[in-house]
Amino acid sequence: MTVVRKWVGENSWISGLLGFLLLLSVFTFILNPYYQLTDVQGLFTSILPLALAAVAQTVCVIAGGIDLSISSQMALTSCVAAVLMAGRGEEFGVVAVIAVLALGLALGAVNGALVVVTKVPDIVVTLATSFVFAGMALLVTPRPAGGAAAWLKDAVVGKFFIDLFPKALVLLIVIVAVVWIPLSRSKIGLSLYAVGSNQLAAFRSGVSVARVKVIAYTITGFFGALAGLSLTASTGIGSPVPEPTYVLIAIAAVVLGGVSLAGGVGGVLGPIVAVLVLQLIRNDMTYLGVDPNLGTVAQGLILIGVLMLANYIQIRRARA
Amino acid sequence: MTAAAPPIAGRQPSAWRKLLRDQPLIPLSFLLVALVLMVWAVSPTARDAGWVGVIVRAAVPLAILAGCQTLTMLTGGIDLSVGFVASMAGFVTATFVNQPGGWPLGVAVALTAAVLVGLVNGISVGVFRVHPLIVTLGMGLVVLGFSNVWQLRMLQTGAGIPTELKTLGTGLWADIVPYSLIVFVPVALIIILGLRRSGYGRMLYALGDNPVAARLSGVRSWQVLLTLYVISAVLAAIAGLIYAGLNQTASVKLVAGELLPSVAAAVIGGTSILGGRGTFTGTIMGALILTVLSALLTILLLPEPVRQIVFGSIVVLVAAAYTRATTES
Repeated sequence: MTVVRKWVGENSWISGLLGFLLLLSVFTFILNPYYQLTDVQGLFTSILPLALAAVAQTVCVIAGGIDLSISSQMALTSCVAAVLMAGRGEEFGVVAVIAVLALGLALGAVNGALVVVTKVPDIVVTLATSFVFAGMALLVTPRPAGGAAAWLKDAVVGKFFIDLFPKALVLLIVIVAVVWIPLSRSKIGLSLYAVGSNQLAAFRSGVSVARVKVIAYTITGFFGALAGLSLTASTGIGSPVPEPTYVLIAIAAVVLGGVSLAGGVGGVLGPIVAVLVLQLIRNDMTYLGVDPNLGTVAQGLILIGVLMLANYIQIRRARA
Repeated sequence: MTAAAPPIAGRQPSAWRKLLRDQPLIPLSFLLVALVLMVWAVSPTARDAGWVGVIVRAAVPLAILAGCQTLTMLTGGIDLSVGFVASMAGFVTATFVNQPGGWPLGVAVALTAAVLVGLVNGISVGVFRVHPLIVTLGMGLVVLGFSNVWQLRMLQTGAGIPTELKTLGTGLWADIVPYSLIVFVPVALIIILGLRRSGYGRMLYALGDNPVAARLSGVRSWQVLLTLYVISAVLAAIAGLIYAGLNQTASVKLVAGELLPSVAAAVIGGTSILGGRGTFTGTIMGALILTVLSALLTILLLPEPVRQIVFGSIVVLVAAAYTRATTES
């Protein structure tokens, strides 16, 4: 118990968020008596792309950047994956997945290199590359097309052995455990946080700020490609028009998940939980018979309201 | 105008850097003229006054929308809700066409809604000091959601663009001068003179340049920011009305795609997203350049995807040139 108490004490924001998620889940089961574990599996399948997009955004925000091109990265990688896999064998799917992940790394590296070389603010650079990537996606396929290998589609739907483990959740945990956890504990991870919290201090401690920024955006691109792949896996096709709400919700989740936009603070757990919370609120509103469009309104208002509250507390504290 | 700065000892910035830093309008004009000449070189049909009118007509709403970005960027902010606010304004007006009260009531409702959006943005940014990027992103979602709800309510009554808006958006006087200039010229004059001559304009630059110094000099930053985001939302609504007239249609996402070009126009026009630097005349040039460039790519029969790629690349290039010119090294 002391371990739990210590963790809660150190991660009060995420603990609050998890508590809220728990309340929301109970509420969901009360609202909808027919809600079953298969519905939970469906929920995780539907949020997988968003959760990965949120993780992608988290990485570059921790390093003090921001990536507005994530929607376009997802559209491009999803289209390339779908077009590569269409009408080809199952084994070729593995090659396609590896190629798409490499593409994601390249897209991220381009973002990072542009930010470092041009010294233009991150927002402007990634806004501009979001045009470029979206255009490239349309060149790959002008309309939703392509296909996905059966094993890839199977990887995100349903349960993992028992009903209690949605496959998409297991996949998400595996990805985070294999990629992010070792990375964040490594020297690179430490320098991401260092550059994000104080660029000058990091530079004076011998961290190559430029290299770290490029690495941060490259990792973002990698997770962006994973998000794109999960889109292809869950829809079975690739759609070239980026869904602008992905980048909005990714940023909302990052901020609600306790990651400071100023950089240097937070992890990937918070944003993932925040994505779940945002989606559950939407679902619950549907069960309540509320117009689903008001779900979008609620998501936006919650984002602004929570931030206003958090800042208000901070301002009060600073004055006291 | 201030007197020329005394020469500083040491390395002098190169001539073009100085030009781009102090008089960005000159290189921008050259770029615009070069683009127009390129269009005229490839397309003989474009070599008349009517074509110029069509270009100006298309640039007018973009320039107004980019005005929102210019004003907010001056304080180091940004307004990402303009796309959905503008769409909402056109759409709401369209739904009132067959209602008692007609389109004037619709315009009034749309402008009131825009003011409300601006108030929420302004209070969050000014009073609670939430990052403008997040606030306006969130408000964009809120506006989109409400517009969709409104759409379901009003579906039965049918919607059409009022003739007056169509004339305003598409009409060309003597086939040359766009009617939308009737709205644009006063708006532009107010913004340009307001930024140059009024105390409020100076406060915007001051807040962007050094918020702490501005506050210590007695600028009530929350009041300035609150007003700023209301102005931005109203400008977005006006742009949305013209877009609806220009496209002769209205939908809840009509102007959403113009968000990125609006930021691009401001950046190309020399506005710094970090605050404290920029002019609306530059932004108008930026909007014209993007419009002519778009026309050129269409004439060259380049497909839409290529247009997007070229747009993005140019924004990075121009922004990089400005950054190089304006950072003291």
